[in-house]
Amino acid sequence: MVAHWFAGEGADFRLLGTRCSACAAVFFPREDAFCRNPGCAGGELVEAPLSRRGRVWSYTDGRYRPPSPYVSDPELPWEPYTLIAVELAAERMVVLGQGVPGLSVADLEVGMEMEVVPGVLNEDDETTWTTWHWRPVGVGA
Amino acid sequence: MSGEVAVLGAGMHPWGKWGRSFVEYGTVAARAALADAGIDWRDVGSIVGADTVRGGYPGYVAGATFAKALGWQGARVASVYAACASGAQAINTARAQILSGLADVVLVVGADAAPKGFFKPAGGERADDPDWLRFRVLGATNPAYFGLYARRRMAVHGDTLEDFALVKVKNAALGALNPNARYRKEVTADEVAASAVVADPLRLLDICATSDGAAALVLSSMEFARRHGTTDPVRVRAVSTVTPTYPRTVLDLPDIATDSAAVVEPSEETYRASIARAAYEEAGVGPEDISLAEVYDLSTSLELQWYEDLGLCGEGEGAKLLREGATSPGGRTPVNTSGGLASFGEAVPAQAIAQVCELTWQLRGSAGARQVEGARVGISANQGLFGHGSAVIAVR
Ligand SMILES: [Zn+2]
Repeated sequence: MVAHWFAGEGADFRLLGTRCSACAAVFFPREDAFCRNPGCAGGELVEAPLSRRGRVWSYTDGRYRPPSPYVSDPELPWEPYTLIAVELAAERMVVLGQGVPGLSVADLEVGMEMEVVPGVLNEDDETTWTTWHWRPVGVGA
Repeated sequence: MSGEVAVLGAGMHPWGKWGRSFVEYGTVAARAALADAGIDWRDVGSIVGADTVRGGYPGYVAGATFAKALGWQGARVASVYAACASGAQAINTARAQILSGLADVVLVVGADAAPKGFFKPAGGERADDPDWLRFRVLGATNPAYFGLYARRRMAVHGDTLEDFALVKVKNAALGALNPNARYRKEVTADEVAASAVVADPLRLLDICATSDGAAALVLSSMEFARRHGTTDPVRVRAVSTVTPTYPRTVLDLPDIATDSAAVVEPSEETYRASIARAAYEEAGVGPEDISLAEVYDLSTSLELQWYEDLGLCGEGEGAKLLREGATSPGGRTPVNTSGGLASFGEAVPAQAIAQVCELTWQLRGSAGARQVEGARVGISANQGLFGHGSAVIAVR
């Protein structure tokens, strides 16, 4: 579904973007076709891991079940999840992600330091769809 | 000004959940605009539709659908899709045809029958569509983005939930005066605070609903308007349809991330502000000239953002401007005198056209109990998914 957007285990888990070899622009989600910098004639796009940590730009949650194609079990009561936009200093970009399970908006503040960790988006009998989550730095694994 | 076109007629189908076809809504609005203009449909040289999806047909349709419903008469036809900016692009297409001499009189129509609940992308596994991805990977609905913007404003500018609620109170009071609005009931701050949280910190009454609805305009050359006996028409003086500039640094629907600003220094101006600036430059007016504004209040907090993007106040001063009453009836620059999306709900292809209908009625002095005294210049502003800008400046 989102092939090669992230890789690695535990402390090595990283989001993967791409970097233009001509102008050094970074893209996430990865841009594999063309460099989107209008001032760049275009270079080879090379896979580039993003910073593991950043600071909360803003956050919210989803108190109602989102529509398809989001996958959730309609048999189970809806559990709100947080959505956190995290600003990465080195890349000067904001990346949206769900917070780790159990995190609530009451635990969050703009400016708080976060780190990216692996997570499960959903699973069925055959497949587990993995994703990235944001977790406050200093909170146990 | 040589770049102006006349607004001869404006019309709507009342907004709500009517359970009928968008064709019906659009045709009612079109007939209302034609009657308002005193123009026979057979004298219209071109029809431009803002697109919607026809149920069961895997495509976007508009212009020809309305032309058929009104009765084929051989007019030139165009259909445009630009998400929420579709209506403005339809107006712009009509204007370009008039200014280039391709048509004297153009009918512009936008109509939709919106689904209930959250907007969602089309079906299938479509991982090449950013709109599909944000739902599949994050469950990030439109209100989720509005919640992010609202929290950000609270953290950076000190906006409060009470400020947001005041926007709803203002717009609901105006909507109560508008026969075309879906919601025609005043709302109190307590009612906003008592409504359920949808996406923290925003509540149900902070977020606009989806609606059925339609709006239409009859535009013509200034020369045609004179011959038609309309000596002092409302005129469209600018239509902004600008795209963003790279790198975009404000997280925007439907994106999962912003552009990186590590290599190219971002513009100091946000995308929304650039939409308004382009319209001001084209019209040769500034924020100080504006009598009223119709802005896309998808959420209450977003309306405050537009105040700043339109230059009605400085950055971070939106809530202060609202509290001072500057954007309320009787204030310096009343905003969303129609009642806004708060009172209408979203009918995507119709909304930007509906904004210009309101500007037209206000500039004519025919807005009834909502009338802004002595209105001379109005601006509408909106932003369409995927990088579509939209602002129209109309004058009298
Ligand atoms: Zn490049």
